[in-house]
Amino acid sequence: MSEDVKKDLTAEIRNLVVEFRTDYGVVQALNGLELEIERGKTLGLVGETGAGKTTTGLSLLRLIPNPPGVIVSGSIKLDGKDILSMGDKEMQAIRGKTVAMIFQDPMTSLDPVMTVEQQIAEVIKLHEEGGQAEALKRAREMLELVGIPGTRGSEYPHQFSGGMKQRVVIAMALACNPELLIADEPTTALDVTIQAQVLEMMKGLREKYNTSMLMITHDLGIVAEICDKVSVIYAGHVIEHGTLEDIFKNTRHPYTEGLFNSLPNLEDRQAELKPIKGLMPDPSNLPKGCAFCPRCDYAMDICQTQKPGRTYRNDTHYVECHLYNKDNIHEGKVKGR
Amino acid sequence: MNNVSAVTENEQISVKKKSQFADVWKRLCRNKTAVLGLVIVILLVLIGILSPIIFDYETQVIKTDYSNTLQPPSAAHPFGTDEMGRDIMIRTLYATSTSLSIGVVTVIVALAAGLVLGSASGYFGGKVDMIIMRIMDIFLAIPGTLLAICIVASLGNSITNLVIAQAVSAIPKFARVVRGAVMTVRDSEYVEAARAIGAKDTTIIFHDVLPNSLAPIIVQTTLEVATVILSIAGLSFIGLGIPAPRPEWGAMLSGSRSYIRDYSYMCMFPGLAIMITILSLNLLGDGLRDALDPRLR
Amino acid sequence: MIKFIIKRLVALIPVLLGVTLLVFFILDLAPGDPAKTILGEQARPEDIAALREEMGLNDPFIVRYGRYMFDLVQGDLGTSYKTRDPVGEEVWARLPNTITLALTSTVVAILLALPLGIIAAIKQNTLFDGISMFISLLGISMPVFWMGLLLILFFSVKLGWFPVAGADQGIKSLVLPSVALGFMHMAAIARTTRSSMLETIRQDYIRTVRAKGLPEHEIITDHALRNALIPTTTVIGLQIGQMLGGSVLTESVFAWPGIGRYMIQSIQGRDIPSVMGCIIVFAIGFALINLLVDLIYGFIDPRIKAQYK
Repeated sequence: MSEDVKKDLTAEIRNLVVEFRTDYGVVQALNGLELEIERGKTLGLVGETGAGKTTTGLSLLRLIPNPPGVIVSGSIKLDGKDILSMGDKEMQAIRGKTVAMIFQDPMTSLDPVMTVEQQIAEVIKLHEEGGQAEALKRAREMLELVGIPGTRGSEYPHQFSGGMKQRVVIAMALACNPELLIADEPTTALDVTIQAQVLEMMKGLREKYNTSMLMITHDLGIVAEICDKVSVIYAGHVIEHGTLEDIFKNTRHPYTEGLFNSLPNLEDRQAELKPIKGLMPDPSNLPKGCAFCPRCDYAMDICQTQKPGRTYRNDTHYVECHLYNKDNIHEGKVKGR
Repeated sequence: MNNVSAVTENEQISVKKKSQFADVWKRLCRNKTAVLGLVIVILLVLIGILSPIIFDYETQVIKTDYSNTLQPPSAAHPFGTDEMGRDIMIRTLYATSTSLSIGVVTVIVALAAGLVLGSASGYFGGKVDMIIMRIMDIFLAIPGTLLAICIVASLGNSITNLVIAQAVSAIPKFARVVRGAVMTVRDSEYVEAARAIGAKDTTIIFHDVLPNSLAPIIVQTTLEVATVILSIAGLSFIGLGIPAPRPEWGAMLSGSRSYIRDYSYMCMFPGLAIMITILSLNLLGDGLRDALDPRLR
Repeated sequence: MIKFIIKRLVALIPVLLGVTLLVFFILDLAPGDPAKTILGEQARPEDIAALREEMGLNDPFIVRYGRYMFDLVQGDLGTSYKTRDPVGEEVWARLPNTITLALTSTVVAILLALPLGIIAAIKQNTLFDGISMFISLLGISMPVFWMGLLLILFFSVKLGWFPVAGADQGIKSLVLPSVALGFMHMAAIARTTRSSMLETIRQDYIRTVRAKGLPEHEIITDHALRNALIPTTTVIGLQIGQMLGGSVLTESVFAWPGIGRYMIQSIQGRDIPSVMGCIIVFAIGFALINLLVDLIYGFIDPRIKAQYK
């Protein structure tokens, strides 16, 4: 249904299978992951810890540690080019320039023995024309852009607070104007007030440069703030995908419903918290049928043995769940919130 | 999530300890070099225990036989004989018990003292810490070997003095390690919890802090035995160690120096013995360090 | 920075005071009568008693210690019981030899150990790694005096390339002792370099650098190396103490005319002032080298440098 529209995709992942082969067994990190990021748009990747969100981000940069990680099958395309067939040098040219990533913990993301402007200048020198002096100048401009005085560029990371360190990381990631920015829980380690500032800043920069973004998070609030589309990931697989309106107002998958229900109800303080029962399955020993079946309130017999296929509600919204077929998809089966 | 039924504190702790020990043991066994080290150490301990029983001290170990001096290795004397006609193999094996026993005794003494000083220093902090650490610093300001040389040079070489000398050099190291471990654990939350329910200081130290600081202490102990044995060999080499005629590897090497030109076999075996001992202890110590490393769990 | 150095030097004073007190105390416990040692066993009791008075040997401990310290701060290390020459002169004459040996071994050790450790870390679990780490393991397990004996056996006695002992053949004399002393040193540094390198490569900021598109070898040289050197420097500092002890043994094996050998000769001759003088020189040297290592540390790690201001 969606193949009819020719989309301008910055990133495209099809059927990606990633395993981690350790001494303790094989861990299925990603099981047939499908992902699309349209140019200039932001995709939110939502899920619990251990669902495979970071692995997804790393695979777009082909930075999955090997050993023990192995990309078993599938395709990853950046700007239409297949990155899985690229050599090391080609890949290094892409990293930092076409696609950049910012990681979760700002406290450990920067080299402690190098000044911040040097670290930003480093990526500029790698991918852009010009020498050291120009790179440093541009580095200081980037610092100003993220709200840090350029004169502080000669300081070391330990002299900055967590929020400012994260801004440096963002400045570094955007320095070469990448087409795709992958943000892996960029605000999780920050205070709430700083969180809001950093998000605002990211939104502004995105507008300015028309950068596509993959926002990896477990926080639905952030998704609502900054994302255009959402993919919900569970056990290495996308189980629901759609626009903000699709996901927030027309929730279909029981897991997605569970996520929303887990949020405390601000209006009714007496209401009980409704966590999703059970835990995420052991990724080295995934269940045969639907991965969510053991925790699902709506589980049926077929869920234990067969993996559900994709059902589309409209052009943008699909869900993988045995509850739905093309006839009943338009009425939600899951209870309202 | 299901409710975890309340378990008494003691039950939980003993379950935790047992499975921790089994866990560490499993990880140690997976490390082949560590297992090799362990096997050799056990072998050496056996040799150390059995040698005084198998070989008679008077007739086999120290008895001189001037008709049989400087014989190269043969069937009768697999390692040859020394300048006084004594069988080198018997003396080398016998020296194992000397070195190992002094090593172990020294380390036990140093460990005990280090535990007391280090836990007091780490747990109480403040003035106590400062005084103890200043004193330790003074001892550490003299390189270990030199301090041992100094003590033995002054007091004379006897086994007791040797143990004292080595222990004095080793205590600051243990105190430091214990202090570091205790300080890391002291500020952790379960100690805060213990204090919150009113446990006494000594109880906290013995039941909570020390068991969890064990890892670096165990590693240091193993490595320290190696250091002490090496140090004693060195002291004996320069004549400040085990008094003759009791066999000791370093002393045997010292004696072999004059004969190195024509009787080179004499310097082989005692040296080899030292190396194998230190090597196996180091392998074991390294293996323990890896197996106990919490980050690798 | 200068302020920091001065502060550290000043802080050394109480420590060195403690050291001198400790060593003086220990050596004072030695049995035997120094006056008898000087005059000989056959001397008349009256002469011995007179000499004891003259040398102030009957004074209480504190007084004798005070007297020693008073002389020490003026640079007087006392007089040798044996030669009746100032200890200071004897020590001073031999100091260059010990420094030469120690310096050469350290330089050789570091130059060999760093590349060995780095390459072993990069090529972790390959044959190179296995072999180099095995050699390092042997290095820290082999007593330095045995290494010396083996070197003498093969290279002096059997091959005749180097002299068996002494320092009279210039560079040739220096080779074997430096190798013996340096090998143990090198092994320890190589192991630490490797493990700290492995640790550093696993850090988050290395992943960030990789995401910037830096080629692998530049990641090692520009980022990993400097960070990995930080704990390595600490170990080098700790090693220095071991090496000083080892130098005493090495000088003994090779009859190298340094302070270590002099100290051993003095011990055998029950020449207490000489022993004391040697140990004090070693202690001061040890302290100064540690200070130097700390400074280098600050040079490498800007976080520490900030504390030094």
